[in-house]
Amino acid sequence: MPKVEIKGLYKIFGPTPRQVIPMLESGADKANILKKHKHSVGVNNASFTVEEGEIFVVMGLSGSGKSTLIRCLNRLIEPTGGSVFIDDQDITKVSAAHLREVRRKKIAMVFQNFALLPHKTVLENVAFGLEIQDVKAEIRRQKAQEMLETVGLKGYGNAKPNELSGGMQQRVGLARALATKADILLMDEAFSALDPLIRKDMQNELLSLQHKLKKTIIFITHDLDEALKIGDRIAIMKDGNIVQIGTAEEILQSPADDYVREFTHDVNRAKIITASAIMRDAEALVLEKSGIRMAVRKMKDLGISSLFVTDKSNTLLGIVTIEQVSSLIKEGKEALESIIDDNIKTVSCESSIDEIIPLFLYSNYPVAVVDRDKKLKGIIFKSTVLAGIAGEGRESYGA
Amino acid sequence: MVLSEKLPVGSFVEKGIDWMTQNFSGFFTAVKEVLSGVIDGTSWFLTIIPAFVFIILISLFAWWIAGKGLAIFAGIGLFLVHNLNLWDKTMQTLALVGASTLIALLIGLPLGILMSKSDAANKIIRPILDFMQTMPAFVYLIPAVYFFDLGTVPGAVATIIFAMPPIVRLTNLGIRQVPADVVEAAKSFGSTPAQLLLKVRIPLAVPTIMAGLNQTIMLSLSMVVISAMIGADGLGKTVYEGITQMNIGKGFEGGLAVVIMAMLLDRITQCLGSTPQKSGKRFIKNLLSK
Repeated sequence: MPKVEIKGLYKIFGPTPRQVIPMLESGADKANILKKHKHSVGVNNASFTVEEGEIFVVMGLSGSGKSTLIRCLNRLIEPTGGSVFIDDQDITKVSAAHLREVRRKKIAMVFQNFALLPHKTVLENVAFGLEIQDVKAEIRRQKAQEMLETVGLKGYGNAKPNELSGGMQQRVGLARALATKADILLMDEAFSALDPLIRKDMQNELLSLQHKLKKTIIFITHDLDEALKIGDRIAIMKDGNIVQIGTAEEILQSPADDYVREFTHDVNRAKIITASAIMRDAEALVLEKSGIRMAVRKMKDLGISSLFVTDKSNTLLGIVTIEQVSSLIKEGKEALESIIDDNIKTVSCESSIDEIIPLFLYSNYPVAVVDRDKKLKGIIFKSTVLAGIAGEGRESYGA
Repeated sequence: MVLSEKLPVGSFVEKGIDWMTQNFSGFFTAVKEVLSGVIDGTSWFLTIIPAFVFIILISLFAWWIAGKGLAIFAGIGLFLVHNLNLWDKTMQTLALVGASTLIALLIGLPLGILMSKSDAANKIIRPILDFMQTMPAFVYLIPAVYFFDLGTVPGAVATIIFAMPPIVRLTNLGIRQVPADVVEAAKSFGSTPAQLLLKVRIPLAVPTIMAGLNQTIMLSLSMVVISAMIGADGLGKTVYEGITQMNIGKGFEGGLAVVIMAMLLDRITQCLGSTPQKSGKRFIKNLLSK
């Protein structure tokens, strides 16, 4: 069961929004409807699911409808049509009192410009959600104190928000959202108002918090790098439409249309794309089964000058090169063991290209991709890395 | 288009006032009793406090709220008022201004909140406020006398009408100016409309509301002399006597006392809007270190 599910969600601004839905269904676009019918389309037929414990990022430029979309989830903006299921309950249909209960217990929100109460202390701000629920002063103080420590602001409880830096204020905003113990966090451009270094810190902090807390997070951003960094899955929005949903790699490797491709153009792929996405099939010699002639033939077939050697169970042993093999032949020897070079570089499937590039600096061998048990999973050549950065998928084998 | 005959606006109003005097005399008597009770009571209370005690209390309060400078000004100013034999008159005026401001606040605050909540109420109330502020006060002094006889009460009523608009306007403005994202945040945590108003909107509007209160107090002080014309007691009476008797000195002394009171009330209420805690802490430290 997904934690959050959105089905056919529409939000249209204007005097008679419902009448616009059929036009959108029959294919009219945002610009057309604004021009002819004076209605502004915020969200056009959005559907997606978010699983428990997932960070789902909605990415788009300003005006793409992402902030409207996230506000439909807790009905800060009333959707025009469609459903929003939270724990299998359609909250677009619940009463105002029930909605308040959902907002108090299930969904908490973090805002772009922090939205802290300037007349309250940091501690009182963190306790605000609990205050609204009429939790006793003593208990909410204690819980708020715990949350302040969680976000690394111990000792700042008595300060006023405007005495803190932007990054610290947003930590307060985060602590306030965490204090209600809601399972779902809505984060609306939560780090966009922070300067780049602080933003990076906060992203890392969020990821490490998420590791412990396992919340379901829906995160809005206009920054693709941010989306790629923190999102388990990413939805890209344009003109109120969701144009693509997928993991960071899926979006970079196979953009759904030109709009997404344009977006991903400037991304530092080397940081995002992992070994498993670019590696070639694990062609290797199995030591027990192959002799020296087998090695020569295989290198010839594949057009390469070195080959990894594994044992029967696919555990990586080392590498042999064509030079060594031919000198072995000249000496008239047969056994491969003597020439296996085990001084090779290995990476895991999750290593990014960024981490792989330096390995090629002092070595002419390809890099082996192995799992935790040293089983060979794939092979990366210099050319593979270049192709990966250039945004091309797997191609034919060979260096 | 020119009408051959003048529209009967004046006689219409006169008839309306007559009708109200005849039919609502019970109501007006009740209002009169309550108002004169509040004002006379306050005035009595203020005059039984020995002047020197009052001067010290006000100075200490000024120190706590605004610092040393205002405390010195309060001490010297009030001492001067006492020295000029205007103490009782000043206390009467303070009672009139205080009671008028309190009533203006009691009516104005809810009205301001209503205006901020409803655009329709905003549209209806705004021209009424314009009317109250710009219609020359002398014009409604006369009906006030019809309804409440001569004395302090019609003066207070005229003062309330004239002084109430700023508190209404600025309460409305203050609440409307609360940042949208803070309101959104409070909603997102499940606030009820009442919680939103009491925990977020009003607290954040306090500085603006205080500016409105300050203006209301200043406007009620400016009505002091005008209400003296229909028999209200206090400093206004001294000034009015000075004018009618061509006694420049007496008029100036009364006027000076009004100015001192105005400046004191202005500075003190201005500081109420900001954060008094810090100067309060400083004050306590000062007291303890002595």
